[in-house]
Amino acid sequence: MPPWSDILEVLTLQTYNTRLVVLSTSLLGIAAGLVGAFLLLRKRSLMGDALSHATLPGVAIAFAVMVSLGGTGKSLPGLLLGATISGVAGIVTMLLIRNTTRLRDDVAMGFVLSVFFGIGVASLQMVQNIPGASAAGLESFIYGKTASMVHSDFILIAVVAGVASLVSLALTKEFLLLCFDDGFAASQGWPTLMLDMALLGLVTAVTVIGLQAVGLILVIAFLITPPTAARFWTNNLVPMLFLSAGIGGISGWLGASISALTPQLPAGAVIVLVAAALFLISMLFAPARGVIPRLVRQGRLRRKVDRQHLLRAAYEILESMASDDETRNIPLPMDALQGMRTWTPHQLGKILRVARREDHLEPAVPGMIRLSEPGFGEAARVTRNHRLWESYLINYADIAPSHVDRDADMVEHILGADLVSELEADLDSRDIVLPVPPSPHPIQTEPRAEA
Amino acid sequence: MHTESLNTQSSFPPKNTEPRPEHPPEVPLAIHDLTVAYHRKPVLWDIELNIPEGKLVGIVGPNGAGKSTLLKACLDLIPKTSGWAHIYGKPYRKARHRVAYVPQRESVDWDFPVSALDVVAMGAYRRLGWFRRVNKAETERARNALDQVGIAHLADRQISQLSGGQQQRVFLARALMQDADLYLMDEPFAAVDAATEQAIVKLLRTLSAQGKTCLVVHHDLATVTTYFDWLVLLNMRVVASGPAEETFTRENLQKTYGGKLNLLEKAAEALGHSID
Repeated sequence: MPPWSDILEVLTLQTYNTRLVVLSTSLLGIAAGLVGAFLLLRKRSLMGDALSHATLPGVAIAFAVMVSLGGTGKSLPGLLLGATISGVAGIVTMLLIRNTTRLRDDVAMGFVLSVFFGIGVASLQMVQNIPGASAAGLESFIYGKTASMVHSDFILIAVVAGVASLVSLALTKEFLLLCFDDGFAASQGWPTLMLDMALLGLVTAVTVIGLQAVGLILVIAFLITPPTAARFWTNNLVPMLFLSAGIGGISGWLGASISALTPQLPAGAVIVLVAAALFLISMLFAPARGVIPRLVRQGRLRRKVDRQHLLRAAYEILESMASDDETRNIPLPMDALQGMRTWTPHQLGKILRVARREDHLEPAVPGMIRLSEPGFGEAARVTRNHRLWESYLINYADIAPSHVDRDADMVEHILGADLVSELEADLDSRDIVLPVPPSPHPIQTEPRAEA
Repeated sequence: MHTESLNTQSSFPPKNTEPRPEHPPEVPLAIHDLTVAYHRKPVLWDIELNIPEGKLVGIVGPNGAGKSTLLKACLDLIPKTSGWAHIYGKPYRKARHRVAYVPQRESVDWDFPVSALDVVAMGAYRRLGWFRRVNKAETERARNALDQVGIAHLADRQISQLSGGQQQRVFLARALMQDADLYLMDEPFAAVDAATEQAIVKLLRTLSAQGKTCLVVHHDLATVTTYFDWLVLLNMRVVASGPAEETFTRENLQKTYGGKLNLLEKAAEALGHSID
């Protein structure tokens, strides 16, 4: 591992050799994040892939043309111009296939991707054999290579990335409409074809300037991974755009830095791997749509449901134990509790432990449990909500009283305060006794027979 | 000099004796000789249709009758093989500002990173034009539109967290934003809850009371005569068009829905295969 001082120098862009590379991949990442977000939302990711593969023949042909004109053939702007032309030719071929045949889009894209890439590989071999010209290094456009960047290359990449970013930000509203509902957009007179071409143009621009650093195979990952990762964090487009640009920029910056510090690692691959790591983190931990926060929320809801079931069971037992109309908080036998629901002794033990931790239970003699004061209050509230909901189901949804218990069981836990007050107002108007109305169906408090 | 000015006064400008009509006298939607084909297979044949102003029009017909296609052809979303459709006497591209379109709910991906309010605000994009962002005034209008369809409280909710009925109401609110005179709605009643259905009916009646014209593709034959006052029965051609009570007859329905494989359909099949 390189020393910390080197790492710091590279990350803060102080080393001249790596400054241009790291800066250009960062800018590239920002542009790719912005443009890629719209490409993803337009559901055209595969088209980007076909486009990048279709650039290869152009690189080889541009080299041959430049050599025949007397140059070395290694001028980056010339090679990228060739790449652009053949990339656009690939897209046009694809559109022609789609519009003149009934082949599906994915077939057309797969065809263009493989055929153009094949032509590219073959023509690279052919230009290797041009006498007096060295085509060595051209194949770096396939996998990407950052070491050969000079100052003018950097300017080209920075300008194109900057313009692509600005254009996609300026057209945010128009692209949003196009991506969400192109039929509506067209009916409103927006030139959807032109907007689609503008979007593809931006994708082409980012792809082409990404060829040198990331390579044509991996550039699609640079376009797609940041917005996909960003989507996990937010449900709104504008924050998603900025997050995507940020993730793309950080991937380019970190990836190129790591590659600069460990020269055996190619930049393109490292950049994509950094982006993939950020994607993985987003997928797992993002609060809005991440996997783990969702599991946590589900677990929390399950525990809440268990707790409410326990409290209601306890309350209903206490009701049946009361000699007069008033339900009092007295110790009650565990066996009765066990019989109220289909809990295994193990499950019940776990639920009771949680309830104790939340101060819903007080210490009692073995075999008995006793609700605490707040626990008893909560039990009354939970039972009340359940009964309110049951009455509603019987009176409005025409559900048989024998069925409402199960239905209410599913809904009661998510009753918000507003729904409860609505139910109350409704029941109030029909003179139903509060605070805890009687159950509209018989409650079975005897222990159930073992299955 | 003196006589001249007198002269001018008496003859120019000419006295306007008749009040100008609020709208041009043209009908909201006039279709003539319209034929539409997908891959040479005709889906609509020789459509002749005149929709009177201020009516609630139901378009009814079996699956594949070309109901959505008819709307899309009027909106220039698909090419016409022949014929024309005029909106208030003009081709669609010159009458866009007077038309609001509500596509089928399934035509878009509802897991999209926008809120209900964002979608409704799209109805203002044409007014805003290129590059201009949605401003305060338009946001306020969008909130009002959501209020009109009864879901103002869901303005900031992400659209995937809305029920089907609520999503449909968002689409209707977006159409309201356009402040149009002619509303083309593609199956707004498809798979919505009863409350939404009532809300849509109420909205349609309000629009109609304001003199707007609504064309609604509809599936439920049981409700056509209660919801609509004009009916178009469609099955690749116009079977009947007229006031709902007169048009909704057993004979017309038989013609629209009966006889699955009629000659027209066979001919269309043959044309569709003619270049395969």
